Amino acid sequence: MEIKVLKNILGANEQIAEKNRKLLDKNKVFSLNIMSSPGAGKTSLILQTIKRLKDKIRIGVIEGDISSSLDAELIGKENVPTVQINTGGACHLDANMLNNALENMPLRDIDLLFIENVGNLVCPAEFVLGAHRKVLVSSVPEGHDKPLKYPLMFTEVNVVVLNKIDLLPYINFDIEAFTRAVKGLNEKAEVIQVSCTTGEGLERWLDWLQS
Amino acid sequence: MHELSITQSMLGIVLEQTEKAGARKVNRINLVIGEMCGYVEECVQFYFDFLAKGTPAEKAVLSFKMVPPEARCRECGTTFQPGEFNWSCTGCGSVNIEITAGKELFVESIEVD
Repeated sequence: MEIKVLKNILGANEQIAEKNRKLLDKNKVFSLNIMSSPGAGKTSLILQTIKRLKDKIRIGVIEGDISSSLDAELIGKENVPTVQINTGGACHLDANMLNNALENMPLRDIDLLFIENVGNLVCPAEFVLGAHRKVLVSSVPEGHDKPLKYPLMFTEVNVVVLNKIDLLPYINFDIEAFTRAVKGLNEKAEVIQVSCTTGEGLERWLDWLQS
Repeated sequence: MHELSITQSMLGIVLEQTEKAGARKVNRINLVIGEMCGYVEECVQFYFDFLAKGTPAEKAVLSFKMVPPEARCRECGTTFQPGEFNWSCTGCGSVNIEITAGKELFVESIEVD
């Protein structure tokens, strides 16, 4: 006997993601799912944002890593509430992991929550978490062909932050080709050029964040 | 690694439907998977063999219907299949495209006794 099922395999994850969104909304927390390949600058972008905004708004950070709490320790120095999730091998965060972490966050005392995903351009694109916006951090040394190599990730995000633009004089990176490819896959995504090292462009990132 | 989570969710759906139908045994699971999702069939099969042991879905045949990516050009309206690293329109060369297929991920049907 054949039974028609037609059920989305990630449906269970999506249901928990909806629960997460409701919990965040109830506590008036605006949340960002920050994704990138390893080493593109997710933690640096979060740190630079905290340094510039922590006197104006209350920030919290959830750090997702396969192992270690190095990033959480770094962020913890800024005296913002931080929870580390160790996925124990899994290459992405899923909605359930976030749900557990949210229980350990003082949500009522947070206005802006950064959720730093595991560094990976493949799996995190598939698993919605319930965050309000998805941010992709790309970086100059990765090369301008990344949108074409990881199209799913680039179609899923609301904004692309291109980090390490201070390295442009030393690296063969075609910003125009990169921006064209991003816009081709995802015409609504804004591309914001920054350097977390020199601070260049961060104002524009903060403007996007505050809008 | 994400095949593990996917296989767990998929098996959950299959067992739930099997129980609902009052069936004893699952013979075949028909999956529809968009190629853009990057799931490797062998890898899903590997996790499935391990996870399904001792359940009514043990030894079920997994059938994969892979859906290649398809895009529509926003400039000239051409519908085309993008090349591996080339996402520009085959009609006019524009990269202003919309992805219309290739992101599917669902259990289409199961065959049970």
